[in-house]
Amino acid sequence: MEFFIQILVAGVVIGSIYAIVALGFTLIYKSTGVVNFAQGELLLVGAYICLQLTVEYKLNFVISFFVTLLFMFIFGFLVEKIFLRKMIGEPIISIIMLTIGLSSVFKSLVQLIWGTDTKTFPQIFSEEPVEIGNITISYVYIFSIISVAVFLIIFSVFFKKTKVGIAMRAVASDQQAALSMGIDVKRIFALSWAIAAVVSSVGGILIGNINGINTSLSQFGLKVFPVVILGGLDSILGAIVGGLIIGILENIAGGYIDPIIGGGAKDVFPFIFMIVILMIKPYGLFGTVEVEKV
Amino acid sequence: MANRDIILDVNKVYLNFGGILAIAGVSFKVYKGEIFSIIGPNGAGKTSILNTITGIYFPSKGKILYKGKDITKMPVHKRSTMGLVRTFQNLELFKGMTVLDNLMLSRHNFLNYGLISSIFYFGKTLKQEVIHRKRVEEVIDFLNLSSYRKKHVFELSYGIQKRVELARALCLEPELILLDEPMAGMNSEETEDMARYIIDINEEMGVTVILIEHDMNVVMDLSSRVMALDFGEKVCEGLPEEVAKDKRVISAYLGEEKWI
Amino acid sequence: MNYTNCGDFKTSYKKDTEIYQSLFSKISIYSFLVFLFILPFFIDDYFLYLLNIIMIAIIGAVGLNILTGITGLISLGQGAFVGVGAYAAGYISNKFGLNFILVIPIAGFITALVGMVFGIPSLRLKGLYLSIATLAAQFILEFVFIRAESITGGVTGLSLDYANFFNIHLDNDFKFYFFALLLTIILVTAAKNIVRTKIGRAFLSIRDNYIAAEAMGINIFQYKILSFGISSFYAGVAGAMWAYYVTIITPEHFTIGVSIQYLSMIIIGGLGKILGSIFGAIFITILPEILRFVADQFTSNFPFLTQAFASIREAAFGIVIILFLLFEPEGIVRRWNLIKAYFKLWPFSY
Repeated sequence: MEFFIQILVAGVVIGSIYAIVALGFTLIYKSTGVVNFAQGELLLVGAYICLQLTVEYKLNFVISFFVTLLFMFIFGFLVEKIFLRKMIGEPIISIIMLTIGLSSVFKSLVQLIWGTDTKTFPQIFSEEPVEIGNITISYVYIFSIISVAVFLIIFSVFFKKTKVGIAMRAVASDQQAALSMGIDVKRIFALSWAIAAVVSSVGGILIGNINGINTSLSQFGLKVFPVVILGGLDSILGAIVGGLIIGILENIAGGYIDPIIGGGAKDVFPFIFMIVILMIKPYGLFGTVEVEKV
Repeated sequence: MANRDIILDVNKVYLNFGGILAIAGVSFKVYKGEIFSIIGPNGAGKTSILNTITGIYFPSKGKILYKGKDITKMPVHKRSTMGLVRTFQNLELFKGMTVLDNLMLSRHNFLNYGLISSIFYFGKTLKQEVIHRKRVEEVIDFLNLSSYRKKHVFELSYGIQKRVELARALCLEPELILLDEPMAGMNSEETEDMARYIIDINEEMGVTVILIEHDMNVVMDLSSRVMALDFGEKVCEGLPEEVAKDKRVISAYLGEEKWI
Repeated sequence: MNYTNCGDFKTSYKKDTEIYQSLFSKISIYSFLVFLFILPFFIDDYFLYLLNIIMIAIIGAVGLNILTGITGLISLGQGAFVGVGAYAAGYISNKFGLNFILVIPIAGFITALVGMVFGIPSLRLKGLYLSIATLAAQFILEFVFIRAESITGGVTGLSLDYANFFNIHLDNDFKFYFFALLLTIILVTAAKNIVRTKIGRAFLSIRDNYIAAEAMGINIFQYKILSFGISSFYAGVAGAMWAYYVTIITPEHFTIGVSIQYLSMIIIGGLGKILGSIFGAIFITILPEILRFVADQFTSNFPFLTQAFASIREAAFGIVIILFLLFEPEGIVRRWNLIKAYFKLWPFSY
């Protein structure tokens, strides 16, 4: 039982990180229609920038955290402006390939600059875990869950209340109509990339604090697919719920199935689960069902 | 009229879209050899009826009989092999293919060779391709498309594309052809051409036509019978002159003023 | 892009269906094939090695182009399907001792079957959802390669004997070359024939407009599955050839990265064009070799280059894809047609 709860807690933590990365993915897909295969690399870049600032430039973690967010905002903005802008109207496969190309460029740049060894953040949180009943939870976990929750709340308020947030929702629902209502759709596109880069880097920094950083972190970008498919490609709520479910399931598979077959189930299980979900609910839990019209 | 063969029998068809009733219990019969027009304001359910007949949507209630056979739940792709063929309101051509390939595609179910002989190509496949190419060329001649044969569809003008779509439907050797606004967006000359083609298809090839069209002159000139729809319900049905005089049709669709 | 030669009138529909419409193009293609058969007598092993892996890549890329370029179903699992073919070939050849002439088609059919099973979600899925399902296929198969040790040998891999053709062992690049060339010619011709007949037209119609395709009497599910089958057959044959070429099969040759390489081949070469897959396969296979050659020139001055080479290659790969997508989105095949069109009227281009 205790083992199960430990797994559950780890699952929620990983799941909340999945959720925030998936949020970035969904944001881009929803407003620009682009499937971003470079999501994991955005996470990677963010994590390494923060690491560089904290370790090499000896900045306070909180400061470097926010500087990273600012940097990633600009980074995402520029990526859209330089590369994605030119691809508007191209077929899906070309856009997918472009993001794949970007992902391999980013990843190898990170490798060139920081090497392939695993690096760790300096100890920021107390090593001593919190004990609640029989369960031990480390501070990093608590910090992760809280900060993901805070970000999610900020975003829901942003989309519901602010002018820009509402404009983004308008673009998501109908680009043409939004354009004719005087919304600068191009700016919204760039903005969604910027925000997506920011949220992914939050995920990257959190996971970096838990496990350390190396280039295999970009795997998160692929893990996002089961999450967003489960939730529905274009649903923000789906990204959050899907993230938590996949995080928990993955850890259960890792905890109970891996010892039997000797590893690997943790990584493949989300994908098997995803196919099953797709066959039952082709548009995920909260995705918009496309109606064929002729 | 009643003693002629019924080719299509639509019986109390309902169609629901998540609570919205697109078609509310419409029944009508189409007789072999006639041109049957469906008119009505936008959103009256004309295209929805076409879609239920061709199987893009399955009706929530009711029955559709084609040549005496129940086709209500038949998969879309099987209907065209029975000679039940349609064109689309907003061009649904294969844009990346040439006109010729678009038309040859319609011969798909007439070409009876398999994957293996297709790989070897020479022999059966080549012979069949040539035979059916001849059939396609007849349609190309009929609709005057010969100068566009090798062009990709996306290069062509709207009016030509409409004609290609008609040609594609004809290559399926239809017995009943459903035309969804074939004249929409055409100038008067193109409209006239299209009207002539429709008459030819009906009279020379003996194809029964169901026509959805907003151009009242065309409808009144071509049709054997007309049915008017409004809000998914049948308003009236009858000879063109009768429908044109019907009070409900005038108030629902044609407007109060004298329209001719 | 249909240039017809002046004065080149067809007198029968049969003539009009030919791939090479003019005498000149017929002569050029046949002499090129003859050239390919005598080429190995004049080049060294390194170039033979390059040509061999290019031909394997061509077969895989042609298969993927049938699925992705022609049927419009984006697959992120071609690399894994190549792996299925390789393992199937290795397992059958070791277990039953069959000759490679039988093993290669059997491996192809097994892969086709696996591909069709993973194509079943296309019954309900469309577009992006389907391509993500193929991504799942990639990861599930990778997992199987590593975990099903009794068949695949796990991470240590599976070894098999060189192919044996009537007591001629295809154990070097030179001998393998002729076999690979023959198979490539057969499979590329077969693909071209599939594409220009009714099956290819059905595939194209599904890509362009599946609703209309269905209304025109195409059973789209059946054809989507068939497309998965044909595409995976090609992948399987490519994998089996790879198995006989390297004779040791390990899972790291069939990762998502390989799938992405195949995708980039068809995009850079030209989506939906058989010729495009050939150009793309050549380009993507040669690219790292060129990079290696360039890097070698500088390693004496900059020794760190050797360590960073993997990253540089990766980055160059990404940059090339991006540049192509931004500046030549229709691929090398378009360039090729432009050049051909230019020389058609050369030197009097008006």
